[in-house]
Amino acid sequence: MSCMTALRASAALALCVSAGAAMAQDTTITIATVNNGDMIRMQGYTDLFTEQTGINVEWVTLEENVLRQRVTTDITTNGGQFDIMTIGMYETPIWGANGWLVPLDGLSEAYDVDDILPAMRGGLSHDGTLYAAPFYGESSMVMYRTDLMEAAGLEMPTAPTWDDIRAAAAAMNDPANEVYGVCLRGKPGWGEGGAFITVTANSFGARWFDEEWNAQFDQPEWEEALTFFVDLMNNYGPPGYATNGFNENLSLFQQGRCGMWIDATVAASFVTNPNDSTVADSVGFALAPDNGLGKRSNWLWAWALAIPAGTQQADAALQFIEWATSREYIELVAENEGWANVPPGARTSLYETPEYQAVPFAQMTLDSILAADPTNPTVDPVPYVGIQFVAIPEFAGIATEVSQEFAEVYAGQQTVQEALANAQALTNDAMEAAGYR
Amino acid sequence: MATQHARSAARLMMAPAVILLLGWMLVPLTMTLWFSFTRYLPMRGDSIENGLPWVGFENYVRFLGSSSFWPSVQATLLIVGGVLVITVILGVLLAILLDQPFWGQGIVRILVIAPFFVMPTVSALVWKNMMMDPVNGMLAHLWRLFGLTPVSWLSDASVQSIILIVSWQWLPFATLILLTAIQSLDREQLEAAEMDGAPVMARFWHIVLPHLGRAITIVVLIQTIFLLSIFAEIFVTTGGSFGTRTLTYLIFQRVVDSQNIGLGSAGGVYAIILANIVAIFLMRIVGKNLDR
Repeated sequence: MSCMTALRASAALALCVSAGAAMAQDTTITIATVNNGDMIRMQGYTDLFTEQTGINVEWVTLEENVLRQRVTTDITTNGGQFDIMTIGMYETPIWGANGWLVPLDGLSEAYDVDDILPAMRGGLSHDGTLYAAPFYGESSMVMYRTDLMEAAGLEMPTAPTWDDIRAAAAAMNDPANEVYGVCLRGKPGWGEGGAFITVTANSFGARWFDEEWNAQFDQPEWEEALTFFVDLMNNYGPPGYATNGFNENLSLFQQGRCGMWIDATVAASFVTNPNDSTVADSVGFALAPDNGLGKRSNWLWAWALAIPAGTQQADAALQFIEWATSREYIELVAENEGWANVPPGARTSLYETPEYQAVPFAQMTLDSILAADPTNPTVDPVPYVGIQFVAIPEFAGIATEVSQEFAEVYAGQQTVQEALANAQALTNDAMEAAGYR
Repeated sequence: MATQHARSAARLMMAPAVILLLGWMLVPLTMTLWFSFTRYLPMRGDSIENGLPWVGFENYVRFLGSSSFWPSVQATLLIVGGVLVITVILGVLLAILLDQPFWGQGIVRILVIAPFFVMPTVSALVWKNMMMDPVNGMLAHLWRLFGLTPVSWLSDASVQSIILIVSWQWLPFATLILLTAIQSLDREQLEAAEMDGAPVMARFWHIVLPHLGRAITIVVLIQTIFLLSIFAEIFVTTGGSFGTRTLTYLIFQRVVDSQNIGLGSAGGVYAIILANIVAIFLMRIVGKNLDR
C-alpha cells in the first residue's frame, strides 16, 4: 500500500516539476559558461538583453574543467539542462559532427557572419557549417618585461626563436631576488600544461600521431622538445613549476616574478592593467618562438556559444547568441569599460577600428591568431585538425594522462625517456581501444 | 510470539523498504555489469537507445593490460595502508591521553573529534591552499622561519601529502572507537599489575593493547572499506598526478576524461572484486578476534 502511495506521490511531484519547468520555459534560457573575466562581464550586461527582448537569462557559471565535464555529460546523455553552452574549439567540430548542436545558419543579415575571423570560423565549423559563434578568440604569444631586458642589454625580436628565449631567460634570471627568467605552464591537464608542451613540440617538428594514427612519442623530435623545455625551466623557471597553470603564472607575472611568460593572448589585457599588475607599464609582446622549422609554438582557441540540439527554445537562444557576439556588444563594452577590455579575437572589424588599433597588444594578438593554422599544425603531415589538441573525442583523456607523465618529469620524479615511453604506451593503448589502429 | 498473520503483515510492511534498498543497489550494479561487456563511447554517438554492441571480455582485458592499472592498485594499497598505520598508532596514543583526567577534557575531546565533521572536499582545499601551498601556505612560512626552502608538497611528496590529509580526517574516528574501548578496561586489573611492579610499557603491551585488539580490528575494517574509495582528496589536490592515481581515480578518468563507459565499468567491476577480497580477508580476522 505504502508502495502505491509512494508511487502516486512521486508521480504527482514529477508532474508539478515538469509543469513548473514548462511554464518557466516561455521566457527563460539557461546558459552554462566558464568563470573567466570576459564572461563574468557579459553577465553584468544581460539585463539590457532582457529589456530589449523580454527573454530572461539564467547563468550557470563553472570553472573550466567542471564546465567541460558538466556540458559533456549533459550533451552525451541528452540531458537538456542548458539552452546555450559555452564550449571551445575542441568540442565544437566533434559535437557538430555527431549532430548534437543546432547549426547556426539562421543568423541574421545584420549580424554579418563574414566578419568573424576566418581562423575562428574554420575552427568552429564542421563540413563548412558553423556550429558555434565565437565570443572571444585567442592565440599565444611572448609577454616580456621591457625594463629587465633593457637592464640585461638585450632586445627581444618580434619573432624570436627558442634560442633567443633561452638567452633572454638566462640574462633576466635572478633567483636570489625571486625573479625568474621564464614562467611556463607545467600543470597536468590537457588544456593546461598539455596544451603548452604540444605547441612547443610542434615547433620542434614533433607531432602526436603519424598518418596511420601511431603515437609519435618514440621519435627524437619529442625527446628534443621535452628535454629543451625541462632544461629551460629547471635552470631559469620558478620553483614548483610542475603545478603552475595559467592562473598561477598570471599572478607570478603580475607580481613581477617573471622575466617572460608565454601564454594566451587574452592575458595581455590583465598584465597591462595597472589595477592588478605591478609591472603594467613595462610589458612588451612578441610572437611565440619557433625553431627555424616553419612552425611557431602558438595555439588557437575560442570560447564560443552553441545551442544543444535537444533544446526547446532554439530561437531565443539564437537571439541571445547574436546579441552576445555582435559588433554592438563589443561597442557596448568599449563604451563602458574602455577598448582594452572588449572581448578580443573574434571579429575582423574590431582590428580595423582605429581606437582598438591604439591598444598596445592588439596588433600582436591579431598577428598571432593569423600565424596559427589548425588544419596544418605540424612540420610533418598529420591526419588530424587542431594545434594544441587533436580534434578526436579520445584526445582529452589521452592528453590528460600524457601531461601527468610529463609533470612527473618537471617534478623530478622520472626521466624524460621514461615519461616518453609511458606516454607512447598509454597513447597507443587508448587509440587501439578506440579502434584507430 | 507473533502469529502467522502478524508475520506476513510485517513482511508486507517491510517490503517497500527492502525493494527500494535492493533496487538502489542492484540497478546500478547490473547496469555496470552490462556496460562492462559492451562498447559504450558516448562521444562517438553510442547510446542506450541505439543499443550497445556486445564485446565480451575485451574491456576487462584492456583495463588489466593498461600500463596504469598496476601502479594504480599499488597507489591504492599504499594510501590505504599508510592511513591505517597512522590512524591506528596515533589513535591508540590519543585515546590513552584523552582517557586521563585533566582540566578541559570535554572541550579537548570535541576538538579532537571535529575534523571528522569537515567535508572531504573542504578539508582537501584547506590543506592545499592554506597549509601546503609552497608560496602562501602555513608550512611554507614555517619552513622559511627556520631558513629552509619551502617544499612543494603536492608535487614532491604527493602520496605522503594525501596520506597526511586523509589521516587527519580519519584519526578522530579511530580515536573515538579506541577511547570507548579503553574506558571499558578494568581499572583494578591495571592497579594490580602496577602493585606487582609491572613497568608502564609492560602494562601497555600485556594489558591495554590486548584489550584494544577487538576495537582495532573494527577500526581497520571500517576504515578500509571507506578508504578504498577516497576520491575528493585526490581530485582537489593532485588530480591523480605524481603517483596518486588510485584505482577509483583511474576509473573516474576512464569514464569522465576518456568518455569510455565500457572500460570504466570493467574497472568498476575489478574494484568491487578487490574490495571483496579485502573484506573477506578482514572479516576472517575480525571473526577470529571476536571468537576469543
